[in-house]
Amino acid sequence: MSWLSENGLIVGLALLDGLSYAAAVFMVAVGLNLVFGVLRVLNVAHGSLFAIGGYVAASLGLFVLSLGAPPWVGLPVLLAAAILVGVVLGPLIERLLLRRMQGQEPVLQLLVTFALFMILEDLQKLVFGVQPVVFDAPLKWLGTVDVPFGADTIPFTAYQLYVLPGVAVATLALLAFVLRYTLIGRMVVAVTADREAARALGIDAAKVTLLTFTVGTILAALGGALSVPTVSLVPGVGASTIVLSFAVVATAGLGQIEGAAVAALLIGLGRSFAVYVAPEFEVVVPYAIMVAVLLFRPQGLFGVAETRRI
Amino acid sequence: MSRRNEALLALLGAALVVALAAAVPWLRFVLTIALAKGLAVLGILLLLRAGQVSFGHALYVALAAYTVAFAGGLVPEALLLLPLAALVAGLVGLAIGLFVVRYREIFFGMLNLALSMVFYSVLEKFYAITHGADGIRIGPVTFLGQRLSGEAAEWAVLGLALVLALGFGALVRVALLSPWGEALAGIKTRETRLDFMGIAPRRVLLIAYVAASAMAGCGGALIALTTRHVTPALAYWTTSGELVFIAILGGAGSVLGPFLGAAAYELTRVYAAALVANAWQMVLGIVLLGVIVFAPGGLWGLITRGRKAA
Repeated sequence: MSWLSENGLIVGLALLDGLSYAAAVFMVAVGLNLVFGVLRVLNVAHGSLFAIGGYVAASLGLFVLSLGAPPWVGLPVLLAAAILVGVVLGPLIERLLLRRMQGQEPVLQLLVTFALFMILEDLQKLVFGVQPVVFDAPLKWLGTVDVPFGADTIPFTAYQLYVLPGVAVATLALLAFVLRYTLIGRMVVAVTADREAARALGIDAAKVTLLTFTVGTILAALGGALSVPTVSLVPGVGASTIVLSFAVVATAGLGQIEGAAVAALLIGLGRSFAVYVAPEFEVVVPYAIMVAVLLFRPQGLFGVAETRRI
Repeated sequence: MSRRNEALLALLGAALVVALAAAVPWLRFVLTIALAKGLAVLGILLLLRAGQVSFGHALYVALAAYTVAFAGGLVPEALLLLPLAALVAGLVGLAIGLFVVRYREIFFGMLNLALSMVFYSVLEKFYAITHGADGIRIGPVTFLGQRLSGEAAEWAVLGLALVLALGFGALVRVALLSPWGEALAGIKTRETRLDFMGIAPRRVLLIAYVAASAMAGCGGALIALTTRHVTPALAYWTTSGELVFIAILGGAGSVLGPFLGAAAYELTRVYAAALVANAWQMVLGIVLLGVIVFAPGGLWGLITRGRKAA
């Protein structure tokens, strides 16, 4: 208890930090999970879409503000940039590449997305350069909030406290609602469960796939766009994002939406505690959590064990 | 393709490597690296036979390379360092293999990825021991107690790589044709049937995994002896992806595929880096896409297809 009272502020800060970090990670991981469910391909290029979303949001935001727009415009610009990236790149990638690979060997499908990752990484360097990009107008505009924690208060940015977790919770609620209660959502669930049977029932699986991939791309880009105000963008951010999202998805169990939220929280909090307590282990913690979970639940925290087919 | 033809082609290839290395001195370095990577990819080929793809095989390459770096100061003898590095990689492969062979497909790939990323961050963060991202320089080593000059040392490593490539290539070819090799392929088609036949699939896969790690260890040691400088980038997940890339590029149909693929990969990389310095990764990505879409059997598949047509 004495440790807690001495380091109370650190615990509080780690909690707040972990929460906002988990929110961004959740956005990316849930998109990856959704796409995996329908396409049965773990999209390695998903991290690049995160990075591109971030770069486009920063460029667009800096451009709009340079025209003399008030700083609050930065917030809707982040969302607009993510939708723009998703609507342009999503259908393009799905139509031109992934659709052709349907029915091929899983290894080849995986490698197609790896090739795409290599192409997008360099494309992003050519278009946006290798200098760090910063766009923190929304963060500054919202200012900081004093969060009461025990006897003390912790000053924390309102953006990280309200906007990031808020968008993540809204996304989770919206996804859960759409998948459960709307026709198109039920179609996505049906295609995820059994593509052949869904098609036999008259569901246009190709259309559902296209839609899901586009939504997944928007979510990845939104994750990137929302992270932009809090971190500066550098080359390689896509590569590190994707391995983290892999860890979240594997921890949660494939195809689990709510599970992804829990796993993102677990990994986000774990990582931010590591940052404050033992910074050397910052990168190791997400994988340690994942390995520990898979050791006891090979199908992930919320995954359903598949019966073996003979 | 008959057994004798393949052996003949392997010897022809070896002669070609020696001739090229003698004619064009700078190719010596490129070809040694290609052979070293080919050895690691030979292990990927074994795992691919079982339908499993590891996105973390670079762990063993890096492990062996760092073993050479650390032990090189104590015993600067190449012919001792190489088996030592392979042994370390093989033993770690056994320990990790006991755990990961219980998982299949995406979970197998992800667990390997996670463990290699853990090793990567350990290498990068524990600066006091590993010098972090700066890496470790490897001093001069002896060959059979002989201290060789620069050019002779390069030839010695190339010779070593050639001998290992031919030896392991022949070994893997024999192993794949053995009952064990058939059982390994059975994991891909219908694993449950292996159980019914009284064969333990996990043990079959474990043997392949340990062999693959030891071969990656040989490759890693050769890379360390050639570049004389090791960095954590050797363990990053993109290096593992590169190894899977080479396996598909060369073709999984023959033990010559990995070496063919590695040579093509390294040469493409050198030329692409010289022509378009900022976009070599993009060029490789496009090559990979082209191979997957137009020649799913890889370069080796192209050669055999040409022969059948003739």
